[in-house]
Amino acid sequence: MLEIRNLHARIVDDGTEIIRGLNLTVQAGEVAAIMGPNGSGKSTLSYILAGREDYEVTEGDILYNGQSILEMDPAERATAGIFLAFQYPMEIPGVATMEFLKVAMNEQRKARGEEPLKIPEFLKRVKDAAASLNMDMAMLKRPLNVGFSGGEKKRAEILQMKLLEPKLCVLDETDSGLDIDALKIVSDGVNALRSPERAIVVITHYQRLLEHIVPDSVHVLYKGQVIKSGDKSLALDLEANGYAGVIGEAA
Amino acid sequence: MPAVQETIDRVRKIDVDQYKYGFQTEIAMDKAPKGLSEDIIRFISEKKGEPDWMLEWRLEAYRRWLTLEEPTWARVDYPKIDFQDIYYYAAPKSTPGPTSLSEVDPEILKVYEKLGIPLKEQEILAGVQKTDASELEEANDNVYKSGRVAVDAVFDSVSVVTTFKKELAEAGVIFCSISEAIREHPELVKKYLGSVVPTSDNFYATLNSAVFTDGSFVFVPKGVRCPMELSTYFRINEKNTGQFERTLIIAEEGAYVSYLEGCTAPQRDENQLHAAVVELVALDDAEIKYSTVQNWYPGDAEGKGGIYNFVTKRGDCRGDRSKISWTQVETGSAITWKYPSCILRGDDSSGEFYSIAVSNGYQQVDSGTKMIHLGKNTSSRIISKGIAAGFSQNTYRGQVSAHRKATNARNFTNCDSLLIGDQCGAHTVPYMEAKNSTAQFEHEATTSKISEDQKFYVMQRGIPEEEAIALIVNGFVKDVIQQLPMEFAVEAQKLIGISLEGSVG
Repeated sequence: MLEIRNLHARIVDDGTEIIRGLNLTVQAGEVAAIMGPNGSGKSTLSYILAGREDYEVTEGDILYNGQSILEMDPAERATAGIFLAFQYPMEIPGVATMEFLKVAMNEQRKARGEEPLKIPEFLKRVKDAAASLNMDMAMLKRPLNVGFSGGEKKRAEILQMKLLEPKLCVLDETDSGLDIDALKIVSDGVNALRSPERAIVVITHYQRLLEHIVPDSVHVLYKGQVIKSGDKSLALDLEANGYAGVIGEAA
Repeated sequence: MPAVQETIDRVRKIDVDQYKYGFQTEIAMDKAPKGLSEDIIRFISEKKGEPDWMLEWRLEAYRRWLTLEEPTWARVDYPKIDFQDIYYYAAPKSTPGPTSLSEVDPEILKVYEKLGIPLKEQEILAGVQKTDASELEEANDNVYKSGRVAVDAVFDSVSVVTTFKKELAEAGVIFCSISEAIREHPELVKKYLGSVVPTSDNFYATLNSAVFTDGSFVFVPKGVRCPMELSTYFRINEKNTGQFERTLIIAEEGAYVSYLEGCTAPQRDENQLHAAVVELVALDDAEIKYSTVQNWYPGDAEGKGGIYNFVTKRGDCRGDRSKISWTQVETGSAITWKYPSCILRGDDSSGEFYSIAVSNGYQQVDSGTKMIHLGKNTSSRIISKGIAAGFSQNTYRGQVSAHRKATNARNFTNCDSLLIGDQCGAHTVPYMEAKNSTAQFEHEATTSKISEDQKFYVMQRGIPEEEAIALIVNGFVKDVIQQLPMEFAVEAQKLIGISLEGSVG
């Protein structure tokens, strides 16, 4: 489903190269964890997948279902089924969460040539999804992410992911700022989305999240490259011994 | 070939003037010769069948205008206007009293159709005289089921028709064109016209006093709550024609009225002048709510053409506990020079100003308000949202003052500016003056840019770039949109989206 080939990318503003020859393949139905020390390029990778303009791909390609997505803007990628759950979701003052959900769902439907959702159907979907994440409907009347706690923001991200039904989900440090109860709810939300047609890329710093969302594969990112791949035991190994061993091995 | 098509698409995209109302209409017109003189003023006055006192009033204003200089303090820049190169009077030729839609000039009907006014309403607007009164009532009912609005349509210099007069008259409300009011209700006009904006007020208001051609008149008598929204559509159609409308709204003791004006104009290469005067008078316990959705032609992507909108709007809270509220959504015009104000004369009176000013392309906006606190315990509230895109300049200019006797005057001002892109400018120029130590003024101002982070986040959910910006901007202006009558809030939101088309990329 996702194939990243020899990807090189740099920051447009100052030319700093962040991704330096990254290769990664994720199959449909797979949950892939990307781990790595601070500054290894994890968040940058998620932004590049979603099409952020601050980064420029200088070499290599990103194939999604066999097609290059480099020429697509963020909205086109989203409509094609790529979803990024942000580490720091943005506040959108004056736009009620419900309204935002409606616009997003209907814009994606429009791009696919479908009719906008009827209001009762829309409300039903939102209610069901919110209930499963233990979210209060009253919260959805508030402007999106404005004044939300860290945990509320992350739940709102997962809520959007559920409702938009993407094919490729990228979760960027979704566990940061969550207490153990919220972590459980959010992880259950993600696990409920696991399906043979969907790929999930979990970017995380810690093994903790992977106890709840058990990955099929684990990849270690360092200096903009995947330096080691393995199964879930690799995450445990990293937890026990730190990144130093793996980095030393690669060097 | 693909390159050519791409260029065309791209130009289309950056064009700010995808202006939906930019059509012009071929309608037989009665026009006065170009230029301004006492003779032209006599011509206008005679065309309108005005009494002598009105003509004298105009001439006096004209003589004063000759002594005035065009103001230059606003942050706007435009070539000097040749006031002798403008038509001051243009009226659609009409045969009196068409009896069915088929007899109305089809071109006028097309205009209404393009403006999205429903057919039945068009019929009423076009002045079709129904032989059977009940039939007309029925037609009215059908049109206004969803939200009943009485309409006065002003085409260039004259009011074409006013709807719902009969029903309003039953409630005691007078809603007609100012020309008709001068003829039918001279005592009211004499008493109030120029009592808020005197003929000597400023260059454009004085010009307007000399040459105003039409506009609306509203009188709501003591204790009456106007049973429906009142609305005026202004349309400039003729080439080189100035529009000088004059609106006068009076709410007697305890009366209430909500009034909305909407404006459109054809796309033309030359600039056209619109210099209106609006006067509001609220007596004891009266309330006037005045909303504007201004969408005059803004000029093209290079800044060519467009309306010069130089308007004087002022409300006088003459009575105790009276209230005047201005809400404006300004998306059009090449240049806007407009400061709807409140004179808080009565004790415990209050004034409000809610504004959204959107500028794109080469538009220049210098707009704001004045809150003049004269009475005791008066309060005012100003919420201004300026949005600048393209190469536009967007200035909020406001004055709040408390006079010596205005004990406990209160003001809250909040001015937020939003910039889209890095070629535009937003400016805030607040003046505050308290001559009374008990006055309390609060001022908040922010300027922000739509951040790339926000835009990226919204687009990541599948919302295309222009829709993403419209969504963020509509969130930004929500406080003001909420002040608009329901029917117009949706329209205003759409209009803001359209105005910002091509502001990115």
